[in-house]
Amino acid sequence: MRREKGRRLSAYLIRRLATSLVVVVGVSIFIFFLLHVIYPSPAQDILGPKATQASVNSWNKQHGFNRPWLVQYLTYMNHLIHANLGYSYKVNQSVAALFGERWVRSAYLSGISLVLAVLIAVPLGIYQAVKRNTVGDTIVTSLAFTTYAMPVFFLALILIQVFALTFPIFSFEASQSLSLWRVIGDWHSMTLPIATLTLLSVAGFSRYMRSTSIDTLAQDYIKAARAKGLPERLVLTRHLLRNACLPMVTLIGLSIPFLLSGNLITEEVFNFQGLGLLFYNSLNNVDYNVLLAYTLAGAILTVAGNFVADIALTIADPRIRLS
Amino acid sequence: MTNIAPSLSPLDITHAPEGGEIGPVQSGWRLAFREFARNKLAVAGMTILLFFVLFCFAGPIFYHGNITSTDLSSFSLPPGSGHPLGTTDVGFDEMGLLMKGGQAALEVGFFAAFIGIVIGMLWGAIAGLAGGIVDSAMMRVVDIFLSIPFLFIVLIVAVRYGASVLGLSLIIGGFTWLVPARLVRGEVLTLRTRDFVSAARTAGAGRWRLINKHLLPNALGVIVVNVTFNVADAILAVAALGFLGFGLHYPSQDWGDMLSNGIQYMQDGYWWLVYPVGASIVLVVMACNLIGDALRDSLDVRLRRR
Repeated sequence: MRREKGRRLSAYLIRRLATSLVVVVGVSIFIFFLLHVIYPSPAQDILGPKATQASVNSWNKQHGFNRPWLVQYLTYMNHLIHANLGYSYKVNQSVAALFGERWVRSAYLSGISLVLAVLIAVPLGIYQAVKRNTVGDTIVTSLAFTTYAMPVFFLALILIQVFALTFPIFSFEASQSLSLWRVIGDWHSMTLPIATLTLLSVAGFSRYMRSTSIDTLAQDYIKAARAKGLPERLVLTRHLLRNACLPMVTLIGLSIPFLLSGNLITEEVFNFQGLGLLFYNSLNNVDYNVLLAYTLAGAILTVAGNFVADIALTIADPRIRLS
Repeated sequence: MTNIAPSLSPLDITHAPEGGEIGPVQSGWRLAFREFARNKLAVAGMTILLFFVLFCFAGPIFYHGNITSTDLSSFSLPPGSGHPLGTTDVGFDEMGLLMKGGQAALEVGFFAAFIGIVIGMLWGAIAGLAGGIVDSAMMRVVDIFLSIPFLFIVLIVAVRYGASVLGLSLIIGGFTWLVPARLVRGEVLTLRTRDFVSAARTAGAGRWRLINKHLLPNALGVIVVNVTFNVADAILAVAALGFLGFGLHYPSQDWGDMLSNGIQYMQDGYWWLVYPVGASIVLVVMACNLIGDALRDSLDVRLRRR
């Protein structure tokens, strides 16, 4: 019986992995094609605006930019697998090197905000569900609803106005240090960017957590647990928490594109030297290789996030595995 | 709306109490509307949205603020007589700009949502009706689009081709049809096994007629709810674009652009360049979300009643 279940689980994993691979291939073809149409070749940038058509053509031929786009795509993907993300002709550095300097900082900013958001939103949502329609619930709901409707940059502005200008507790610019440990240690300048991203996610997550907790509280097993005399604390931690958190796993997996765009704007507002700011600068420089690589990386991260969320959910919830 | 009746009657009978004390059967949509009107938050959301539509589109008829020519004799004035919301660093009237920027935000919001809904509706209905390998292929396409960080693509396209109301609506609409497509497909999958659809099919209705006359009107509930959320998302996307400096160009105005302009003067205390426009974005987006939530609740009542 157990072996049967195990086989079913691995069959499911393989099927799910295959779907993810199909999506990765599809998404990379789409993004590559779109950017290829927008920006077919960097020749003009390298040779300068006065380059003749003939020299542009010969440069394209020399560097393989005259081949069909599908061939170029295959070459690009082959390089990508070997960790070669192309070359930025604007800043004369390989894209991989540019990413290598910055990705830890972005991962730190987004990661700690996500963890904090989950740590705040889960108890908050449960509190609201248990105390629903009281004054406390209404206040939290209104705050969450307002924050949810707020553009990232406006939230950042309000925080800057209150905590950096009116009451100069924190800095309005993120840490400019290149060492990750310095950045982590620099609470004075990292609090506001982290708070911005955290609040933004808390608004969405807590609303969701509240409604799944309300649904879970109405289930029979909660009533049964209460009826057998289990203390309320244990009902909430053992029965409610785990079951109400399951849908959250999917939500986090699905929210990666929003986290990435939030990260982009936050890094721009606070001038934090991460991938988001690099993307923003590349937009201004028209540096397409960086734009292509980061968009692709974001898409692959999203697919991976969904995959991990699905797997986590399947392992945590046996009902899904069996169906 | 007459084609909704066939879906209601057979089920109402099965739910009717034994002994047959059937009261007057209320139309599902009327019930939903009454439920919606009873919801205070929904009415508030509707009022806010109507206010902004009137303010932005009818406002300029009555109020003529200078938003076209630089006026260095009256720059950075705080709110006062003649300029209810003050002036910018080049002497433009902030209230006039707010109206003009609101026009663009609302236009893009509604137009993008409309495009997204139309594509999503057709895509979802066709996938759900076709089933099998066509369905899974079409849904993989949805998965692919859902994995693309859509703000990135919008930014790249806006940088390359410049932003216009039409262009932004098309590109945002091109990325917001995914959730409606999934929802409509789900609805169609449950609807297509229902008797009235089989009956229509037996009567020789073609695929297009089935989608158009029987499936879409019945899936309208989930669609309507989604429109409002899509409007909110589109407005936020336009604001983000404008804030990053890739938004609409003069003579169009853009709330995000106004905000980023106002930031430069935050340390000077020019609050009127930041908070009115920020509050406008928040209020419009919140109004859309409130309406969407209330619609979902009221249509739930309709579904329960069915």
